Amino acid sequence: MDSTATLGDREANAAFRLRRSARRSVTYAALWVGIVVMTVPFFWMVTTSLKSPIEILEFPPTWIPTGHYVLSEAGDWEEVYVVSRDLALGTVTVRPTGGGETRTVDSGDIRDRARLRFGNYVEAWNQAPFARYYFNTILVTLFVVAGVLVTSSLAAYAFARMRFWGRDNIFVLFLSMMMVPQPVYIVPSYIILVKLGWVNTYQALIVPWLAHIFSIFLLRQHFKTIPNDLYDAAIIDGCSRFAFLWRVVLPLSKAVLVAVVIFTIVGTWNSFLWPLVMTNTPDVRPLQVGLARFSQEQGTNHELMMAAAAFSIAPLIIAYFFAQKQIIQSLATSGMKS
Amino acid sequence: MVEGRLARARSDRSSRDWNVKRLLDLRQMRVMDPLTAVLYLVPAGVVVVVFRLVPIASAFILSFFDVKMGRVRGFVGLAQYARLFQDPTFWSSLGTTAYYVLGVVPLSLFLSLFAAVLLNQKIRGLGFYRTVYFLPVVTSLVAVSMVWKWIFHPRLGLLNYFLAALGGGSLQWLEEPRGIFEMMASAVGWSWWPDGLAGPSLALVAVIVVAIWRGIGYNIVIFLAGLQNIPDQYYEAARIDGASARQVFWRVTWPLLSPVTFYVLLSTTIVSFQVFTQIYLMTGPPVGGPMGTTKVIVYYLFEKGFDAGGNMGYASAVALVLFAIILSLTLLQRRVVERRVYY
Repeated sequence: MDSTATLGDREANAAFRLRRSARRSVTYAALWVGIVVMTVPFFWMVTTSLKSPIEILEFPPTWIPTGHYVLSEAGDWEEVYVVSRDLALGTVTVRPTGGGETRTVDSGDIRDRARLRFGNYVEAWNQAPFARYYFNTILVTLFVVAGVLVTSSLAAYAFARMRFWGRDNIFVLFLSMMMVPQPVYIVPSYIILVKLGWVNTYQALIVPWLAHIFSIFLLRQHFKTIPNDLYDAAIIDGCSRFAFLWRVVLPLSKAVLVAVVIFTIVGTWNSFLWPLVMTNTPDVRPLQVGLARFSQEQGTNHELMMAAAAFSIAPLIIAYFFAQKQIIQSLATSGMKS
Repeated sequence: MVEGRLARARSDRSSRDWNVKRLLDLRQMRVMDPLTAVLYLVPAGVVVVVFRLVPIASAFILSFFDVKMGRVRGFVGLAQYARLFQDPTFWSSLGTTAYYVLGVVPLSLFLSLFAAVLLNQKIRGLGFYRTVYFLPVVTSLVAVSMVWKWIFHPRLGLLNYFLAALGGGSLQWLEEPRGIFEMMASAVGWSWWPDGLAGPSLALVAVIVVAIWRGIGYNIVIFLAGLQNIPDQYYEAARIDGASARQVFWRVTWPLLSPVTFYVLLSTTIVSFQVFTQIYLMTGPPVGGPMGTTKVIVYYLFEKGFDAGGNMGYASAVALVLFAIILSLTLLQRRVVERRVYY
């Protein structure tokens, strides 16, 4: 027994509660450190995307994009860039943003006000064919999702409900292929697409992804849980096999189908290595590859790069805030390949 | 009369009886019209065969050939492998990848398990924390890499600003080729340090940080699910026996969580071996820099396979080495899972 036991009940209770609340505070503090670390990069991306190219160069950096204003000779507030600061003299060299002579003013004469340059988003959008990239990604994603739903449901139904020669061996073969990472087969895939004449076409981005082994596996596992009696009853009532899949099995599998849709969308939207290799012109290039190219071309225009990064991740982030639970669940399952 | 009924039954093919008979037939024969099954399998099957099975098989075959610009130029036997094993860039890319994996996996595991344990103690606002920690998993690696490259900027980056605010000097981060152990040694004043022990370059460490940041939410969610699956009785029993928090963790949580831990360990390792996007976007130019200290195996494969001077047969040989590594890890996982060494 420790020393608290010799104290009165009330003191013991108070000591216990103190210790517990101290531990709680440490827990919350640690969790909040995590929150800050996870969110600061996003915050920094948005902040940077709203700054002027000159403000980017300021060090120390500003947390909120700020505009500097100085009274002009005409008597109104004129926006200026800070060119340099002389801390010893307390003066600042400024240049009007609208163009004009550089001049030196007293640092007390400068007024700072938050200044968010949403124009950066328009500029970034227009500096590369982002509308096209967006369109390509949406198109490819739609086709892949629709294809995966159809092919996986059919194949999973065959694996779960039908008896045919070699079924289990074929299934195991499918599963073992799932274990092979993409970099291993990307070179031969490229050669196959060259032979098909599909390099730099939508087909190259869509067709190889129309079947998804893990989705087949997931759906098959779920189809197997649907009782045989249901199947027997339907068949006796003259229901065809396809009608049973369409009217009974799929409606009972909505949750799994939603999971498949979510991880297919996220996977297709964010895929990079494959489209990087398989496309080489903007007309079929998807968003991620376009963004990567933009980042390599821009060099030092950090505000435009951050704006482009922000509008590229926006659709998934917005969707995430509406359906976090389903998205987390779906992505967590999709990793559970073993 | 019997005759008549039979005849009627035979003629009325849509009757219940006929369907029952069909069902029994099908069940007894255990063969259900193989043609139908084929019909259901064809759409997925064709895609899987043409774009998975054939490419995987071809990767093996290609590694025995000389292939330039997508054109097969002749059988070379094991020459690609012979060249590969004498290629210093290959070995250094393998070493860089190993550094990367060794940097990402233990730290990511430790931090995510730590966070999951904190989140598992009836926290208010659990959903909020989980949502925020998981956020980077949903964002594209391309965007994430761009943002972090900016944060690591040697002159204007946020990180160097923090270092300056804390009174430290600025670091070159992604442009620093020196190994971190060597840098630490020189920081404490040792002018000499063995080359072999220089460690991963600071640039690679920066990439490792990003990988941990981006993947941690996923591991937290898996660990949290595992923790919530541990029945409360065990904790109650431990409490009644007067176990301390540390004992509860090491004697109850840790052993019962071990299948999940092992899964997270393996899946993080396998994913880490395939790192490409962050390297492609954050390092260089040229990619893999500074001084080749961030050239990982998948980037080397990409370079050999798709750059003008490359050779696809050679790239396939690299791919198969990667495959061998990942396959042996997967098999190891199988064996350990089958042995059920946990409890």
